[in-house]
Amino acid sequence: MKFTLKVWRQPARDKPGRFETHEVSDVSPDTSFLEMLDILNNRLEGESKSPIVFDSDCREGICGACSIVINGRAHGDGEGTTTCQLYMRNFKDGETLVLEPFRARAFPVLKDLVVDRSAFDRIIQAGGYVSVNTGAPQDANALPVPKVNADLAMDAAQCIGCGACVAACKNASAMLFVGAKVSHLALLPQGAVERERRVLSMIEQMEAEGFGNCTNEYECEAQCPKQISVSNIARLNREFYRAKARE
Amino acid sequence: MILDSKIPDGPLEEKWDRHRFNLKLVNPANKRKHRVIVVGTGLAGASAAASLGELGYDVLSFCFQDSARRAHSIAAQGGINAAKNYRNDGDSVFRLFYDTVKGGDYRSREANVHRLAAVSVNIIDQCVAQGVPFAREYGGLLDNRSFGGAQVSRTFYARGQTGQQLLLGAYGALMRQVHAKKVKLYTRHEMLDLVVIDGKARGIITRDLVTGALERWIADAVCLATGGYGNVFFLSTNAKNCNVTAAYRAYRRGAYFANPCFTQIHPTCIPVSGDHQSKLTLMSESLRNDGRVWVPKNKGDQRSPRDVPESERDYYLERRYPSFGNLVPRDVASRNAKAQCDEGKGVGPGGYGVYLDFSDAIERDSLATIQAKYGNLFDMYEEITGENAYHVPMRIYPAVHYTMGGLWVDYNLMGTIPGLFVLGEANFSDHGANRLGASALMQGLADGYFILPYTIGGYIASQSGLGGQTTQHEAFAEAESAVRERAEKLLSVNGKRTVDSFHRQLGKLMWEYCGMSRTRGGLEHLLKEIPGLRAEFWENVTVQGSPGEFNQCLERAGRVADFLEFAELMATDALSREESCGGHFREEHQTEDGEAKRDDENFCHVSAWAFKGVGVTPELHKEPLTFENVKLTQRSYK
Repeated sequence: MKFTLKVWRQPARDKPGRFETHEVSDVSPDTSFLEMLDILNNRLEGESKSPIVFDSDCREGICGACSIVINGRAHGDGEGTTTCQLYMRNFKDGETLVLEPFRARAFPVLKDLVVDRSAFDRIIQAGGYVSVNTGAPQDANALPVPKVNADLAMDAAQCIGCGACVAACKNASAMLFVGAKVSHLALLPQGAVERERRVLSMIEQMEAEGFGNCTNEYECEAQCPKQISVSNIARLNREFYRAKARE
Repeated sequence: MILDSKIPDGPLEEKWDRHRFNLKLVNPANKRKHRVIVVGTGLAGASAAASLGELGYDVLSFCFQDSARRAHSIAAQGGINAAKNYRNDGDSVFRLFYDTVKGGDYRSREANVHRLAAVSVNIIDQCVAQGVPFAREYGGLLDNRSFGGAQVSRTFYARGQTGQQLLLGAYGALMRQVHAKKVKLYTRHEMLDLVVIDGKARGIITRDLVTGALERWIADAVCLATGGYGNVFFLSTNAKNCNVTAAYRAYRRGAYFANPCFTQIHPTCIPVSGDHQSKLTLMSESLRNDGRVWVPKNKGDQRSPRDVPESERDYYLERRYPSFGNLVPRDVASRNAKAQCDEGKGVGPGGYGVYLDFSDAIERDSLATIQAKYGNLFDMYEEITGENAYHVPMRIYPAVHYTMGGLWVDYNLMGTIPGLFVLGEANFSDHGANRLGASALMQGLADGYFILPYTIGGYIASQSGLGGQTTQHEAFAEAESAVRERAEKLLSVNGKRTVDSFHRQLGKLMWEYCGMSRTRGGLEHLLKEIPGLRAEFWENVTVQGSPGEFNQCLERAGRVADFLEFAELMATDALSREESCGGHFREEHQTEDGEAKRDDENFCHVSAWAFKGVGVTPELHKEPLTFENVKLTQRSYK
């Protein structure tokens, strides 16, 4: 198979960027999308040209490192997949592919397709945990949790923190990401003690980082590689109002 | 030199308690005056950094990923073992200890393994308190399953994402300490050297992967939680960026490396489809509960599997192991698949694959049953291969996925350099020659939450602090300039071959001669090949860009350069261990049935290697292993 790639190249954070066009040919349909970029990079290195910089690590869809907007969609066209789980057989032979970084004010580009997502870490630092020290807590089975709540918590906890929700949203809103963590902990008795404090400080940090607000487009859910439901945003709003009312 | 493992006296069950009592304590008010460096933010590193921060130490935490949440612990699927005995099915700390020692083919330390089994129960309590959403039953209590051939149900799990949920729990604890300013976190920072002053580990040199800046960090103690070295094979189930550099650099500075030849090969991975492939994907080995493994009886049979009549198929596992059949342990299943493919009977592109056929199971139990059990795995298989395994048999092949060897540590998790602690997969201590399923997560968290926070206090309390040393010390200057010169050297070769092409070639050599089965001749050949490849690398590699920028090419080059040296250490260890045990199979040492044959008389020891120079045979030190609570036996699966 062959493809034309239009790739965003930007040498550093404060330097201007531009699209650069590359042709790749003789690509096996069994090649993954990132392996196709590996092949291109190896060719560029062999020609003493600078390879395209992109984030990737586990290559099995769980670490959340990979982060490319392909033809206008975060992680491309696959349903419930990350960029690293795309295979070239799912693209059309001869197709032109436009590769961009996850764009958002809160995710500055560091180089080419790599962005700085440390804003997500700072949101978690603001309260995305249960404040227990390592030690000897009570027995794990001391506090039963209804299975339905445990399952809903797990649905939300699956978030891989990749930032696709932000890249997909016209407002660059991080509310699916924040909603997933708030939901995960609000649904469990272990998270109950800090329930109000958590949601208020995480939202405060989210706003300080420059993420936008949700206007119910649901693009985040559509492009989320873990298919996290927008109902978590609804729960985030409820938790926020509940906490505000109790303030 | 006989290595002192510092195992405490007393009965097995009392050793850890006694030891904790005997360890000196650091005054709570003084802890903040002591700085600890933790490299790596996987299960071991994140849990250690968070716990040390909670205790009040001044902690610096480093990872090369863009966030502390991305370390490869996150990819572990199956679960985590703990001797809770919630099932009332006869589990106990002693049984988990016994299973782990036996599963490790009697090449681990009894005292360490018993401690691991004992703290396993605390791990589950801790993780639940953090809000880890483990699977539950309708009564609201935790669910368990049996895993990896264990005869009791002791595995706790969170769907197929247990590693992710445990890591996010540890990451949350770490983020809490960052927020409390007890831990300073440096992401996109890669450790490139260890700094040793007056024989003690005193700091590290890192490279800021965004700016390329080299930085010096000083501390009372350095903890490495930097994972395994499976990527020496290029293709493995590890994440792309997993590497041996931190551990290898510590080895070059004097830390001994133990049992580097102990690597685990997982039998059910998706086969290599071509030269473009960058990594391998693991499929849960539960598939072997219903799938039947076979190859065509005739070499080079190119027919579609459905056209091969029953009489021309060889269900070789069922034939060779009538009682265990397709459920033989990982190492046995892996070696047999390789043997079939080496005979020319392999299937799929390149002939490196065997069939895992579900047609009998579908006929017996219905399609819906198989879908319910394995639907997500069949989907994943189809996503990667484009084939529907309900209609044509899956193709599987073994792949490297864990390394039991690692830096040598004593009972305190301290290496041979005082002040250097090693945790998780990066150390060698608990799994012997073979790791059991669902034990890696347990060990990482045991080390980080419940062992290191005690033992490091004992070390720090026995020292007199930094004694006025700063990063201006000449040892820091020497280490930093060595790192700088190395990067400049890599960038100045200006050759013709890419870093990846060398890594692939090294991986192929290692897989061929130091993979699933090894021979004296093959290892000797490998030891001749590696220096040549390494020399070519330094003469003909091309590394683009400059040192002072975001340069992934330079990152990879440094890691591959270390793999090219480390590979020789692995081969040397494999050659010197004249026995077969666990994941280390020497063809010369097998029973009449073709099974691993241990030599307890001569090899019941840990092989710890000391660096003597690049290309120079390292020096072997032995730590004898004694078994007082478990009787050594031969495994059999006929």
